[in-house]
Amino acid sequence: MKGIMNTLFGKKNRSRTISFSLVILVYIVIEILMHAIRMPRLFTSLLVPVCCYIIVALALNLVVGFSGELSLGHAGFMAIGAFTAVAVSGLSASAVPNGMLRLFLSVVAGCIVSGLFGLLISVPVLKLSGDYLAIVTLAFGQIIKSLINNMFLGFDKNGLHFSFVTNEVSLENGKMLLSGPMGATDTAKISNFTTGIILILITLFIIYSLINSKYGRTIMAARDNRIAAESIGVDISRTKTLAFVISAALAGMAGALYALNYSTLQPSKFDFNTSILILVYVVFGGLGNINGTIISTTLLYVLPEMLRSLQDYRMLIYAVVLIVVMQLTNSSRIRRFADRITDLFRKKGEE
Amino acid sequence: MANPVLEVKNLGIDFGGLTAVNNLNMEVYEGEIVGLIGPNGAGKTTVFNLLTKVYDPSRGSILLDGKDIARMTTVDVNKAGIARTFQNIRLFGKISVIDNVKTGMNNHHAYSVADAIFHTKKRNESEKRITEKAEELLKIFNLYDSRDIEADSLPYGAQRRLEIARALATEPKLLLLDEPAAGMNPQETDELMNTIRFVRDKFAISILLIEHDMSLVMNICERIYVLNYGTLLAKGSPDEIKNNEKVIKAYLGD
Amino acid sequence: MTFLTYLISGLALGSVYAIIALGYTMVYGIAKMLNFAHGDIIMVGGYAAFFAFNKFGLSPVVSILASILVCTLLGVIIERLAYKPLRQASSLSVLITAIGVSYFLQNGSQLIFGSDTKIFPAMLMEGSLKLFDGRLMISYLTLFTIFTCVVIMTVLTLFINKTKIGKAMRACAEDKGAAQLMGINVDTTISITFAIGSGLAAVAAILLCSTYPSLSPTLGSMPGIKAFTAAVFGGIGSIPGALLGGLLLGIIENLTKAYISTQLSDAIVFTVLIIVLLIKPTGLLGKKENVKV
Repeated sequence: MKGIMNTLFGKKNRSRTISFSLVILVYIVIEILMHAIRMPRLFTSLLVPVCCYIIVALALNLVVGFSGELSLGHAGFMAIGAFTAVAVSGLSASAVPNGMLRLFLSVVAGCIVSGLFGLLISVPVLKLSGDYLAIVTLAFGQIIKSLINNMFLGFDKNGLHFSFVTNEVSLENGKMLLSGPMGATDTAKISNFTTGIILILITLFIIYSLINSKYGRTIMAARDNRIAAESIGVDISRTKTLAFVISAALAGMAGALYALNYSTLQPSKFDFNTSILILVYVVFGGLGNINGTIISTTLLYVLPEMLRSLQDYRMLIYAVVLIVVMQLTNSSRIRRFADRITDLFRKKGEE
Repeated sequence: MANPVLEVKNLGIDFGGLTAVNNLNMEVYEGEIVGLIGPNGAGKTTVFNLLTKVYDPSRGSILLDGKDIARMTTVDVNKAGIARTFQNIRLFGKISVIDNVKTGMNNHHAYSVADAIFHTKKRNESEKRITEKAEELLKIFNLYDSRDIEADSLPYGAQRRLEIARALATEPKLLLLDEPAAGMNPQETDELMNTIRFVRDKFAISILLIEHDMSLVMNICERIYVLNYGTLLAKGSPDEIKNNEKVIKAYLGD
Repeated sequence: MTFLTYLISGLALGSVYAIIALGYTMVYGIAKMLNFAHGDIIMVGGYAAFFAFNKFGLSPVVSILASILVCTLLGVIIERLAYKPLRQASSLSVLITAIGVSYFLQNGSQLIFGSDTKIFPAMLMEGSLKLFDGRLMISYLTLFTIFTCVVIMTVLTLFINKTKIGKAMRACAEDKGAAQLMGINVDTTISITFAIGSGLAAVAAILLCSTYPSLSPTLGSMPGIKAFTAAVFGGIGSIPGALLGGLLLGIIENLTKAYISTQLSDAIVFTVLIIVLLIKPTGLLGKKENVKV
């Protein structure tokens, strides 16, 4: 009996059950609300971006929380996924008229290309650690943004035209896919809330499967004690690379979903501040805490939007929230207070 | 005697100008429990770090089952058959006790990342075997009841036992124990001695251990090497070592 | 000759980066934290000098001093209020707090000063030095910038090696616990470090704004990131490293802009950084840390 209870409600499995039920439940509630009443546009416009940021925050948590390495460049992977998806979707528009199928193709492409870049950036990951690795990821994010900012890609009946730095693409009746700093213009909006939820579920499935396997154990072992991990035969570089590549691929997926939700998208959307924003979601949600990441991302993404009526003050309030929460969660006085309250409840329970 | 599992020949390492270990020759035979003792700073842990390739030896060779491992990486040395514990305990603190042990079994249970993600039959069967073996090891070390708690929250003695269990999970031929009884009370030490003998017999492995608790060393070691200032001072049976003048002098000082 | 012009202006830009990087590196050395708000202190310094000079009509020297004073105080206050309570917390909590402070300064400034770009007055000096019959023109500002950097470096190196406070700073960087046992007031020492770093940010602000005379609430972000990169490039925690990293970064950036591409200069600068770190994983002058097993 205890065995069954463990499988159903064991620590890890309980977290997984909560994650899936939470996401599905929220989806059902929102779908019902949207059909029953007219939801404000502000609300509906937030749905897909929130899904994207949940996915990328989960991806980043794999690196920061589970693998224990700091990445300040995850927006770069999002950007790669996003603009790959835009290009694939634009190019296949006539060949694959079905939006759903095209979305699938684009997202997969975004995932793969971003994962390959993850593999590329893993080369330094193997050699560096700590703050030096963090700066390399920061540099990577900057490089990607800067490169995409200089890419011009278009196609017409003569095929693909590409130019770099200066726009030399001239098209006969064609369509520009990437226009340098202007980014993607006139993209078909083919992602929606349902696909967002499906991709979150896929992400959750991948991450839970990974961390509950031998690979997850080595990733966490390498984080907790590198020397001991090597002494029991854990190949640190391969382990860290694995975490990084999967994280990059998932971030690319999020970017793809994001890009196909807007008709225009500029590369500057995925700058350093976006990387930091994702990191904030992860730290607020708790390192290695999957449900915490989902909740914190939702709250922190929605908060500034809800504060829109306060206009100029909203980012100031956001900043204060960041600082105050960090002070509170790390204050020994507050922690003692929380302990006393839990003790109080425990005693009551025993009586 | 049986074949040597470990043969160390003329092993030495210099740190800058300082020679930490020099001209070390030692053997460990199949099924033996061998002690490595010596005063503080004699270079005992350095020897372990050389054997597991945490440090690169400046000279000499390390043969495991006749194969030279002196140029391998730490990871490959473990795959070749040496596992160890650490003087200052090094557990994977934030993962569960059983996962600490399971991590040791990675190289013996192959399944791909795709198997892991798609929960294939191969993955499930491997995981089932891993869990069974890990539980068996935890039972031997009396850790089964704390299998799901974080390794960091184990009491000190239990952490030392978990480290041994994790090392054994890698199915080594030779197990290196760095002060396994440090910080244990006499009763725990007694239990530990029995456990060490038990795992030697059950898994048919050889054990090389560093220890300051002389009653433990004299009690379970079949042969003893004494290290002083990085060189071999004496070797022999516990009785020989006990009565060796040079050893007594090294420990008591001139 | 044009090459020399670019090289010298790169040296000047690098000097500014070096002065900012000093702030990062000193704070990192002693508090082991990446102070992401450092770039925004530069911005505040810029506004402070702007208002002192333009609105209150103070003389350039007084304006500069006022700006240094404002930044120094700001740095100390930030450290006391936001970072000090987190000294035992994880480095990520501190990082997020620093990001919070950065957002706070940026958005606070936007509220107070408005988001429109202001023109920074030419308060330092104008004109240029003409050499080789006018074929080589170097503005006095460029020379002054490089000169200031050299002076700051010299004074700071002497300060850290010769004075009691400097020695206390080095002791705290090495081992805070041991420093405390030797009777060093760690809190005060950390405050002084922040004060110096922030004061230097004000100097950097005035040099930067005089060269690129536009003032906006996000002015500090990019120089901040670049200087942070420079600090890591040179080996974070090392003062000569900050100088070397800053100068190299400035030169590489300027030469790239001149000879390769303006748009790609960021990409190239950061690629060079990655390559350097691959060859020297702890930066050019960084210390390698050994783990005891």
